[in-house]
Amino acid sequence: MAKQIEQLDRVIIRFAGDSGDGMQLTGDRFTQETASFGNDLSTLPNFPAEIRAPAGTLPGVSSFQLHFADHDIMTPGDAPDVLVAMNPAALKANLGDLPRGATVIVNTDEFTKRSLAKVGFTGDPLTDGTLDGLKVSAVALTSMTVAALAGADLSKKDAQRAKNMFALGLLSWMYNRPTEGTTSFLKSKFAAKPDILAANLTAFQAGWNFGETTEDFAVSYEVKPARLPAGTYRNITGNLAMAYGLIAGSTRSGLPLFLGSYPITPASDILHELSRHKRFGVRTFQAEDEIAGVGAALGAAFGGSLGVTTTSGPGMVLKQETVGLAVMTELPLLIIDVQRAGPSTGMPTKTEQTDLLMALYGRNGESPLPVVAPSSPADCFDAAVEATRLAVTYRTPVVVLSDGYLANGSEPWRLPEVGDLPVIEPGFATGPNGPDGSFLPYKRDEETLARPWAVPGTAGLEHRIGGIEKHAETGDISYTPANHDLMVRTRQAKIDAIARDIPELAVDDPDGGAGVLVLGWGGTYGSITAAVRRVRRAGGRVAQAHLRHLNPFPANLGEVLARYERVVVPEINLGQLALLLRGRFLVDVIGYNKVRGLPFKAEELADVLREVIDRD
Amino acid sequence: MSDNNGREGGGFKGLRLVPRAEASYKMKDFKSDQEVRWCPGCGDYAILAAFQGFLPELGVPRENIVIVSGIGCSSRFPYYLSTYGMHSIHGRAPAIATGLAASRPDLSVWVITGDGDGLSIGGNHLIHALRRNVNINVLLFNNRIYGLTKGQYSPTSEAGKITKSSPMGSLDTPFNPVSLALGAEAGFVARTIDSDRQHLTGVLRAAADHEGASFVEIYQNCPIFNDDAFEPLKDPAERDMRLLRMEHGEPLRIGADRGVVMGDYGELKVADIAEVGEDALVRHDAHRADPGYAFALSRMDYPAFEHVPVGVFRDISRPTYDELMAEQLGGAEARSGQEELASLLAGGDTWTVR
Repeated sequence: MAKQIEQLDRVIIRFAGDSGDGMQLTGDRFTQETASFGNDLSTLPNFPAEIRAPAGTLPGVSSFQLHFADHDIMTPGDAPDVLVAMNPAALKANLGDLPRGATVIVNTDEFTKRSLAKVGFTGDPLTDGTLDGLKVSAVALTSMTVAALAGADLSKKDAQRAKNMFALGLLSWMYNRPTEGTTSFLKSKFAAKPDILAANLTAFQAGWNFGETTEDFAVSYEVKPARLPAGTYRNITGNLAMAYGLIAGSTRSGLPLFLGSYPITPASDILHELSRHKRFGVRTFQAEDEIAGVGAALGAAFGGSLGVTTTSGPGMVLKQETVGLAVMTELPLLIIDVQRAGPSTGMPTKTEQTDLLMALYGRNGESPLPVVAPSSPADCFDAAVEATRLAVTYRTPVVVLSDGYLANGSEPWRLPEVGDLPVIEPGFATGPNGPDGSFLPYKRDEETLARPWAVPGTAGLEHRIGGIEKHAETGDISYTPANHDLMVRTRQAKIDAIARDIPELAVDDPDGGAGVLVLGWGGTYGSITAAVRRVRRAGGRVAQAHLRHLNPFPANLGEVLARYERVVVPEINLGQLALLLRGRFLVDVIGYNKVRGLPFKAEELADVLREVIDRD
Repeated sequence: MSDNNGREGGGFKGLRLVPRAEASYKMKDFKSDQEVRWCPGCGDYAILAAFQGFLPELGVPRENIVIVSGIGCSSRFPYYLSTYGMHSIHGRAPAIATGLAASRPDLSVWVITGDGDGLSIGGNHLIHALRRNVNINVLLFNNRIYGLTKGQYSPTSEAGKITKSSPMGSLDTPFNPVSLALGAEAGFVARTIDSDRQHLTGVLRAAADHEGASFVEIYQNCPIFNDDAFEPLKDPAERDMRLLRMEHGEPLRIGADRGVVMGDYGELKVADIAEVGEDALVRHDAHRADPGYAFALSRMDYPAFEHVPVGVFRDISRPTYDELMAEQLGGAEARSGQEELASLLAGGDTWTVR
């Protein structure tokens, strides 16, 4: 019986379950199916730091939200249209986010008295009115999975574990997703375990068949492919894009990549990914601690490698001493800080933008360096290439501020033409630059103010560098007051002058008549853009700009700020960019700050913008 | 970067991947133009002179030698040598040197550190560099005091040490650097003394010859804050009663009349040769795979300076970190062109929008 197919322009689905239920994998597979179908999409994984919190409890709930559409979208969506809840805890944890009319698919097998009581449900939410206003589909996911696998040579536990594939099969049917990708993924993942492979394939197919045959689901949905700019696309997370950007930076500069890193959430995936690509000459070094990670990277940079370290806030703090040494020795170094909720250990798996001031000012002395922030998961690639270019050209450490949301979130990425990526010229010193064939390690390039990068093994350029203040040309230790003042100013001037070598800030102000500018930086780009679109759709006027370069700022930033009556600066911190803008430009910007460990919702930002536009 | 051109290094196994020098050097070729600024009488002068005198022996180009140091009096070393060098930050030299050596097997990398730099703030980096067997040579100048910060007790100061920061005596039990290095799986561990140039040079030679991480503790006198700390080992009247000069394959002797024998539990004891007989003496074997014997040797200097072994405690062969890392890379450079990058970026699952 062919069922009715309804057309939708966009859907937000959230898969939620125990952290052992495989929700991240389920979400990831649904995302891949959706990507290969050609929808635009954006994802938000949200999981606890505990590897396996006690089963069935609220802290153990792991979820994966996916927003997909037949048009260009900017965020993972504010509120789910569909919630798949694998147990009462998942329902309870996500119920508050559901708008009226949303669909809830619950796994009734887990709705036992005991599991309900565990999360504080006194009655049965499926029948006691708790879910009024929602469309509830009660499905016995676990028992149907076990039934589908009856006869297979599997323990009951293994059979039950395949329930996430049943759910994936059902949802894949509901939204008419192509299934070949998931089939071949499972085949390769479980190649060595034929029993488990068969169980997963059977459960996946059973879920699909259930949707097609049961009368519980009368309608399936279709979201047509999006009309994106022509090109070849893939789906990519921020951490993966960052790893690829670093490899591209290495290939385009001809500098072998050396990653010194210590595992830390949510940055570890960059280390994992890079360690798989030794064929690109990538050396990955898992150090004894964060300090050694950056130390080894700096040592490799001294030897002529592209030195990189990856970390998150608690590791960034530890690295700052070595980053200061890189500022002093003026060696190229990339520090990738995937920001997470702090202070201290904070909330390791939750996102935040709270390391901006630490990146800029978290070192002793006047210690300037460029800071670059990607604006979307795919943009992590370009940010890494750009950071490489600045580090190598200007002989300076560069901080890249990603965040937990960008790192784990994903979106379609139009593949770049490799030949169009910038060529980065290391320009190693090869001969003397001083009088009588001498080498002056701190004699600078007149244009970039960069010092020569002479690597060991180059005859005649033997020199010593280090953390002590040095003479402006010879690099010899110098405690002379005037020399120190000159060096402090020169290091600053070198970084400031990079403003000439980065794009001006682009402002999106379609009719030129807006009085309000919303200015963001980094990972909030999607939320802010979605909010701006909402405001404009309703006839509101608002201009938008987004900073990729946090130090130095684009040369025209002051002029842009002065052009608008009011400037709104949304940040997932308590106003760090706002502080910089006020200090630098004496502009009384209006901050909007929430620090919940989650990205902004488009609607809340739209409300803020409307309110500011309406002010007199 | 230098090309090895298939030539062997200057005969030292640890320099196998370092190119050979075209010209031969003299000691003066390794002196920089910087004025040496240690306190008069500092043991660092003697070590510097011995090191500068030894470097020509390496037979590798000056530009392929890198000295990396941390912070402290000894860490000024790189400035006084005309090689490449980095005077880094407190305790971090082994980490920085690890990145350099692991990415540049064509360099001869030397880490200069002290008891505070290497064993206190940088202890973690030191032990991990040793266990990884990165091809670096660590020279730890042990003066058993903080010099540059003006006289506080260090992790090798004897317990009860009266200093500015411990007016009633320090409470800490000191490290034995050799025991620590052996516990950290170091493949080469040696000890020598600043004032004995010949012995010091011999130990440097052995360290350079070792493939992988070499750890050398150098007893060094601080004339200002801890003068004569090693005097019992230097005084001609006393030293022969105390110094145990280890030579691989030779019986362990202290002076003419005493030697080392093994007790029931593998511990090492000093005995009169006249009593136990020449054949009972332990014959030194630095190549034993099990570090237990070397560790027993390292415990012989308790109580303080009663018997102090000097020379090479342990020298075993195992693959170096840099070589293992290079092996994993394979012929990487040949396969990292534009097409490979494009295919990496595309991955498996792509779709095309027209």
